[in-house]
Amino acid sequence: MTDFLMPALGADMEAGMLVEWLVKPGDRIKRGDIVAVVETQKGAIEVETFAEGIVSELVVPIGTKVPVGSLLARIGEAAGEEPPAPHPIAAVLPPPIAPITSPVLPTGAAPIAAVHRAKVSPAARGRATELGIDATTLSGTGVEGAVTVADVETAARTIAVPAAAPARRKALDAAEMRKAIAAAMGRSKREIPHYYLTHTVELGASLSWLEAANAAQPVPKRLILAVLLLKAAALALRDVPQLNGTFVNGAFCPGEGIHIGWAISLRGGGLVAPAVLETDKRSLSELMSEMRGLVQRARAGGLRSSELASPTVTVTSLGERGAEAVMGIIYPPQVALIGFGMVVTRPWVVGSRIEPRPVVTVSLAADHRASDGHTGALLLNAIEQLLQNPEKL
Amino acid sequence: MTARITYREACRQALREALLSDPKTFLMGEDIGRYGGCYAVTKGLLDEFGEERVRDTPLSESAYVGAGIGAAMVGMRPIVEIMTINFSLLALDQIVNNAATIPHMSGGQFAVPLVIRIATGGGRRVAAQHSHSLEGWYAHIPGLRILAPAAIEDARYMLAAALKDPNPVLIFEHVMLYNNEGELDPAIAEVDIAHAKVRRVGTGVSVIAYGNGLIKALSAAETLAAEGISAEIIDLRVLRPLDTSTLLASVTKTRRCVIVDEGWKSGSLAAEIGMRIAENAFFDLDAPLRRVCGREVPIPYAAHLEDAALPQPADIAAAVRGLVRPA
Repeated sequence: MTDFLMPALGADMEAGMLVEWLVKPGDRIKRGDIVAVVETQKGAIEVETFAEGIVSELVVPIGTKVPVGSLLARIGEAAGEEPPAPHPIAAVLPPPIAPITSPVLPTGAAPIAAVHRAKVSPAARGRATELGIDATTLSGTGVEGAVTVADVETAARTIAVPAAAPARRKALDAAEMRKAIAAAMGRSKREIPHYYLTHTVELGASLSWLEAANAAQPVPKRLILAVLLLKAAALALRDVPQLNGTFVNGAFCPGEGIHIGWAISLRGGGLVAPAVLETDKRSLSELMSEMRGLVQRARAGGLRSSELASPTVTVTSLGERGAEAVMGIIYPPQVALIGFGMVVTRPWVVGSRIEPRPVVTVSLAADHRASDGHTGALLLNAIEQLLQNPEKL
Repeated sequence: MTARITYREACRQALREALLSDPKTFLMGEDIGRYGGCYAVTKGLLDEFGEERVRDTPLSESAYVGAGIGAAMVGMRPIVEIMTINFSLLALDQIVNNAATIPHMSGGQFAVPLVIRIATGGGRRVAAQHSHSLEGWYAHIPGLRILAPAAIEDARYMLAAALKDPNPVLIFEHVMLYNNEGELDPAIAEVDIAHAKVRRVGTGVSVIAYGNGLIKALSAAETLAAEGISAEIIDLRVLRPLDTSTLLASVTKTRRCVIVDEGWKSGSLAAEIGMRIAENAFFDLDAPLRRVCGREVPIPYAAHLEDAALPQPADIAAAVRGLVRPA
């Protein structure tokens, strides 16, 4: 039996509202299946399961806001086979005639084993379900230490969950998202001693390669420069793993895999940075379709839990309408943010001549608690090298 | 303007009004005439209405209750008094086998519009054959309506409503209530005999009581209020048929319930009430149900023992504290 819990879709998330169940008890699910939709400050997120089995119980009803880590559903072991069909002969045989005997009361039955259950009053159980709280984990003040309605409500207040909104997927709430960004960025600037590095990278080789590669492709399959930048950043992080991970409880924790959070600005304002999972292992065309999908889903409100929960580093690319360089703010608890400015044509010294060349300013904002400037410089140089050899990306 | 009046006087006014308003009404019972009634409820009525309508009977409960049933069946409106509830057992056959069943067994051809007033309860130091609370037994019997007036207005007006009922109605008057004084609201001229009533609004616990238990529960509520515990006090009033919906409404609100019943706990009316709440309001409960009942002994004669055997305000308050502020 596996517990399916409310995931933390980002370090700043405290609670989420369950707005949709995409499975029902009895459904067979496998790792990666989307089982529920959770409303967060970042919009509606599709939550996947890591477990495999049969859904045995949906614990939290739709419309309930519950803290991160709350039990949402139980997933049982998948039964190996279908239950055996009843024996065909059994159906046609008359029931055996029982010999007539006087009823005999069983004697000496095994003693009933003592059952220990958490004492929770019936009303408190109901209230806890409404509030999405596991009442069995609370300490009670009622009769015999039972958890009462008041105990549940006190617990709910300490979690400070705002009143539940109507249970349905809704459009992104710009105000809510602004609050989430404010909280995360405020925390980042309060807690993280940032250091910043910038490095200007010549992009002639990359752009030429891109042009040639796209010429042979139909429009939908054409790549954009951002994909190259993303892949280059991912591969560079392989060489500089000190910048891929999180800073938790006073120590750097290396990321398991390179999952770059790709900053996507939203039309109504705000931004999200869902992860492109295993960025370094994907081909450019895979990354292209992945990014296209991410942008679409981010704007429509259909991001998945794994995408939001797991970025190990963030990349922001300002694109054609941006500025030359970005000094980013790290998204906690990550330790680095890599920024690509707008591609501009600038005088560039080639050999002993000055030529107009397309260049981009690559920047790094990094957590000085986790790494030093030298490490950061290694990363930027690695990115530069990779972008000079785009065919290897 | 309101007038202060005793419970006894309210009962007497009710009887007098019944005798004045309907010539078919008459009173019957032991010592109700010349002596004026064991608890002096009928004092003066013999002089006013004469021997035809205020009839002293022999010490034979079975006979005069039976006579009352017969009179009711042929159109009279008898009001029979039984001196004390222990003696009513001698009339149990008439009440259970005849009064409660004749309307049913005659297919409705005979109504039994009989009212029996019975003094009940302990506290008067009259020992184990005059002090019990057996009204819960009668509340077990289909065909009977069982009333337990505690408020002055109920003592005054329940009788008229009972006389209008075509079926037998038993009114249990707790002996400790007769001297209680209260104000009779002149704006009230009748009461219903179907519903329980919230006598004190509260939020933290529902205390369900009747008869003298109600008075004790109200006293306990005062003590508890000083401690910051808000108790809702419900006067059951009608022991059969039970007004379950009023009880559930209160318990659903407060989520806690203490039932006060002077009768013995085993197989008590309190057990029935508790079970109805458990059946219907289980998911609203925030604490176990509790009962404060009479100790399971014959009521003692000695004052301190009798007091110890009966539910007291301190017992009720303690039970409430145990639910609202458990140690």
